[in-house]
Amino acid sequence: MSSIGTGYDLFATTFSPDGRVFQVEYATKAVENSGTAIGLRVKDGVVLGVEKLILSKMLVEGSNRRIHTIDKHAGLVFAGLSADARQLVNRSRDEASNYRTTYGSDVPAQVLANRVASFTHAHTLYWSLRPFGASVLMGVYDADGPQLYCVEPSGSCYNYFGCAVGKGKQAAKVEIEKLDLANMTARQAVVEVAKIIYSVHDEVKDKAFELELSWVCDESNRRHQLVPKDLLQEAEKQAKEALQEDMDDE
Amino acid sequence: TGNPPYPTDDPALGTTIMAVVYDGGVVMGADSRTSAGSYIANRAADKITLVHDSIFVCRSGSAADTQALTDYLKLYLGMHSLDLEEAPSVQTAAHLINQLLYSNKNHLMAGMIVAGWDKRNGPSVFNIPLGGGVIPELYSIGGSGSSYIYGYVDANFKKNMTKEEAQTFVKNAVSLAIARDGSSGGLIRTVTISADGVERELVLGDKLPKIGFGQ
Repeated sequence: MSSIGTGYDLFATTFSPDGRVFQVEYATKAVENSGTAIGLRVKDGVVLGVEKLILSKMLVEGSNRRIHTIDKHAGLVFAGLSADARQLVNRSRDEASNYRTTYGSDVPAQVLANRVASFTHAHTLYWSLRPFGASVLMGVYDADGPQLYCVEPSGSCYNYFGCAVGKGKQAAKVEIEKLDLANMTARQAVVEVAKIIYSVHDEVKDKAFELELSWVCDESNRRHQLVPKDLLQEAEKQAKEALQEDMDDE
Repeated sequence: TGNPPYPTDDPALGTTIMAVVYDGGVVMGADSRTSAGSYIANRAADKITLVHDSIFVCRSGSAADTQALTDYLKLYLGMHSLDLEEAPSVQTAAHLINQLLYSNKNHLMAGMIVAGWDKRNGPSVFNIPLGGGVIPELYSIGGSGSSYIYGYVDANFKKNMTKEEAQTFVKNAVSLAIARDGSSGGLIRTVTISADGVERELVLGDKLPKIGFGQ
């Protein structure tokens, strides 16, 4: 299936002859096996959404959250190993809180993202640790406006207008590139995220899924929160309709 | 033994310090006396210290403690501005120094006024008293000499003064404090900070404004 490292993939401290760190690549594979997570940065905010694959009917609806609030103006959604992501969530919260205590104001997006990225990267430097098997999309609304950052298991951290991680990321990115994000409102973006997640969801391979959506925008008073129930339901309705239309077209 | 002929007290900034917000900037003022007991160790001290391009701190209390604190603050603000890729806000500076002061309050004697100008909030003044705490104000006075001028500043401060009005206000207030406080004296230094930059002024001891006392 995939290439074998054969000896160069035992520790994160070993480079392969062609310059790869296999442990980090394997960590990224863990992310790619997870349900798709999407982030969109628009005119007045950031919207985060995720395809939460339901593994059992016994799971309580609304539990096993994939979207977490980091600080009042910041939230994140992850893809990958949930236990690993939990560490990143806790670390993000600590960093944001310490920043506030030390400097007396909201942590800027760039600072928070860089701190999380440094933390993630540090775990790729020692043979006694393993890299995090999770990618994190952070939506932060700071004094410079809304920003979206993606931190990957390698520790790389980029600022995006639109980004997707997980199973359907390729298909999702294609859809995202078609959107005019600069002129969209967060309310509109919520519907777009729902549509994309529904369209990249694989009905054959995966069964049911739950859609989790959050935003931090002018309409939410710059506070990160799950999207209000009525908007969530409206977005799901429109997403299902769009899917129906596509199927009818075929 | 009992009374050696050299100063044994820690050099302290007896002091009068103040900072005032005017329309577009801040004016900071201070006297220039550093005393070690009754010996004046420095009669032309600079108590208004730069911690970033447009952020200064007025120091009162122990000279050693306040110099150490502002040295740390300057370092931390410098590092922080690299992370931010822009100048830090005055509020950030005030909270940072408060962290240092509050955590070490049992070992420090320092009362400071952090003031300056930043892009997002314009001019700001923050008073950080002896035990810690950050108090944002439009005008703030500190040091031993400040006790004598509360009435004067409270009665004469006006919002949105011009730069010249504010500078005169500061020089007059510090002058009155110097007249009554034995631990304050020497010359008056002022620092005016606005979007246009930083202006330093000096009023020599024999040219202090002649106000009050029936003049």
